[in-house]
Amino acid sequence: MTVMEQRGAYRPTPPPAWQPRTDPAPLLPDAAPYRVLGTEAAAQADPGLLRRLYAQLVRGRRYNAQATALTKQGRLAVYPSSVGQEACEVAAALVLEDRDWLFPSYRDTLAVVARGVDPVQALTLLRGDWHTGYNPREHRVAPLCTPLATQLPHAVGLAHAARLKGDDVVALAMVGDGGTSEGDFHEALNFAAVWQAPVVFLVQNNGFAISVPLAKQTAAPSLAHKAVGYGMPGRLVDGNDAVAMYDVLSEAVRHARAGGGPTLVEAVTYRVEAHTNADDDKRYRADSEVTAWREHDPIDLLEKELTARGLLDEDGIRAARDDAETLAADLRARMNQDPALDPMDLFAQVYAEPTPQLREQRAQLRAELAAEAEGTH
Amino acid sequence: MTTVALKPATMAQALTRAMRDAMAADPTVHVMGEDVGTLGGVFRVTDGLAREFGEDRCTDTPLAEAGILGAAVGMAMYGLRPVVEMQFDAFAYPAFEQLISHVSRMRNRTRGAMPLPITVRVPYGGGIGGVEHHSDSSEAYYMATPGLHVVTPATVADAYGLLRAAIASDDPVVFLEPKRLYWSKDSWNPDEPSAVEPIGRAVVRRPGRSATLITYGPSLPVCLEAAQAAEAEGWDLEVVDLRSLVPFDDETVCASVRRTGRALVVHESGGFGGPGGEIAARVTERCFHHLEAPVLRVAGFDIPYPPPMLERHHLPGVDRVLDAVGRLQWEAQR
Repeated sequence: MTVMEQRGAYRPTPPPAWQPRTDPAPLLPDAAPYRVLGTEAAAQADPGLLRRLYAQLVRGRRYNAQATALTKQGRLAVYPSSVGQEACEVAAALVLEDRDWLFPSYRDTLAVVARGVDPVQALTLLRGDWHTGYNPREHRVAPLCTPLATQLPHAVGLAHAARLKGDDVVALAMVGDGGTSEGDFHEALNFAAVWQAPVVFLVQNNGFAISVPLAKQTAAPSLAHKAVGYGMPGRLVDGNDAVAMYDVLSEAVRHARAGGGPTLVEAVTYRVEAHTNADDDKRYRADSEVTAWREHDPIDLLEKELTARGLLDEDGIRAARDDAETLAADLRARMNQDPALDPMDLFAQVYAEPTPQLREQRAQLRAELAAEAEGTH
Repeated sequence: MTTVALKPATMAQALTRAMRDAMAADPTVHVMGEDVGTLGGVFRVTDGLAREFGEDRCTDTPLAEAGILGAAVGMAMYGLRPVVEMQFDAFAYPAFEQLISHVSRMRNRTRGAMPLPITVRVPYGGGIGGVEHHSDSSEAYYMATPGLHVVTPATVADAYGLLRAAIASDDPVVFLEPKRLYWSKDSWNPDEPSAVEPIGRAVVRRPGRSATLITYGPSLPVCLEAAQAAEAEGWDLEVVDLRSLVPFDDETVCASVRRTGRALVVHESGGFGGPGGEIAARVTERCFHHLEAPVLRVAGFDIPYPPPMLERHHLPGVDRVLDAVGRLQWEAQR
């Protein structure tokens, strides 16, 4: 008889204090991703919101193209493209109030720009002139995070602190499908649920962690299902449907702001381009798969809805593209100027007051620079 | 000047008092960690704080060190001053990524926009009979990470003064508490705690002329005892307590070595790649012409921390220090 069989014979009754704390049913995500575009519900969507989303998607697509071109010119060290994921990026920024905070990962430059950060400053990390180009406090945008999922507990701590201070601030934290395997993902979700912190976790499931497909990343029915184990609602949404993204994220933000605690949102989307310019995606996926997803393009989906409702015509499309072109031209022009770098910045802000050791090293570099300037070095 | 009645107090009491006073003086100071609230910490160092300041300010967190420190980052981003307890040295390792990838460099990567005033309290070192993973000395890892201050008190008064300074610091401080000194007593006036000690200054605990013992934290009492014993051999040893490993007080250390001409570094963590190597190199670079002998080190063995029944063979004790002091008679040996 196996151990399992022996245990089967002995069925302990839980002690009286034990009760399930939460009915898991309301926390479970729907079986299929939530969609609006292409359904009857789309007719209810606010025309102003649709237009706003559309303009941002078109800008986002053009920004992605321009940034990728800049890597080919050597102006950016690397660029992780979010082509195909623009609806997630744009919705994440647009659902937040000014006082809220965004915690992006390295692929989320677009969300950072949609939040109002200067496009050049948003690319500083990837250009390589400094780690963070913008002041996080100015736009309430945390630095782009390169280690996976480590920014999630920051979002929890910030949201928790805000609530302790009595501020109705929400933090929205972004992570990829690969990031959900990291320990920090688990710890952040657990802390958020225990503390009922006003946080929204947005997982952009774009199919691959560099080359590793979702099937090798998790055995869970969906990433949204993971929420149930923490005691928070999980929501599954079509990440290429900008309206659905906006709906689900706004609902999660409202829920958090009202004191309802965190939500885990899984956006099912696809990374149409390679992980970065350094990646060869032909080694791990078929062209046919990419083509199928290109046909489920977030801009096309929204454009169809807008056109069908008479909210967009050729002139409107051209206007959106012109606006995006202006953004790209400005980005190109400014990125083609060499950034002014001060080597002495290396020692700035390691500590509030430099240690004696750093003061010595600073003096050394200053002397080297002076010698270089005099041509004696 | 009024004389105050000095009472014996333990290092643990001084640490508790430091947190209490900091919390009373500044509502943004929050203590957090596993067991710090209701229980008062496994070493009772946070005893009474939850009762006095409420569970929002002294919080029992879920058991997850990366989560604790990661949440503290976000709290500090929003203007709080988290004081995080890591319970035991080796339990802090899951939080290393947060410490190294975020805590230490947030100020730098945001060009000063986001300093993180976080104090990470780590009870460290052996000598208490702890089982595996309860006695590591991790200071070399912390020292190797730019952006962190690394502080370790060895006296009751310093425990108070340095912890107040750490909590008040706008930069992250790894505050290493020598757990075998938690119950060491000292004359201290808990009604009028001593002044806040600035971080980064070493202190001469015992003046002497024959050689300098450079040490910190749990090894200070060992060195003082060795210095006492060495008197019989005609050695007049000076003992320098570093108190702060980062920033390092070259000035005090080198002034002492220039006076004595001989130096010995004593610490509990392993010697290879340990703090002693860095200190010996710094002293040699700065005091070479004053040295009568090579700078020596007495450290723990380069082994995983041993089981408690063997730890007395690993920890540098008085005899091992005295042997090394003998080897400082370089001329006689040549």
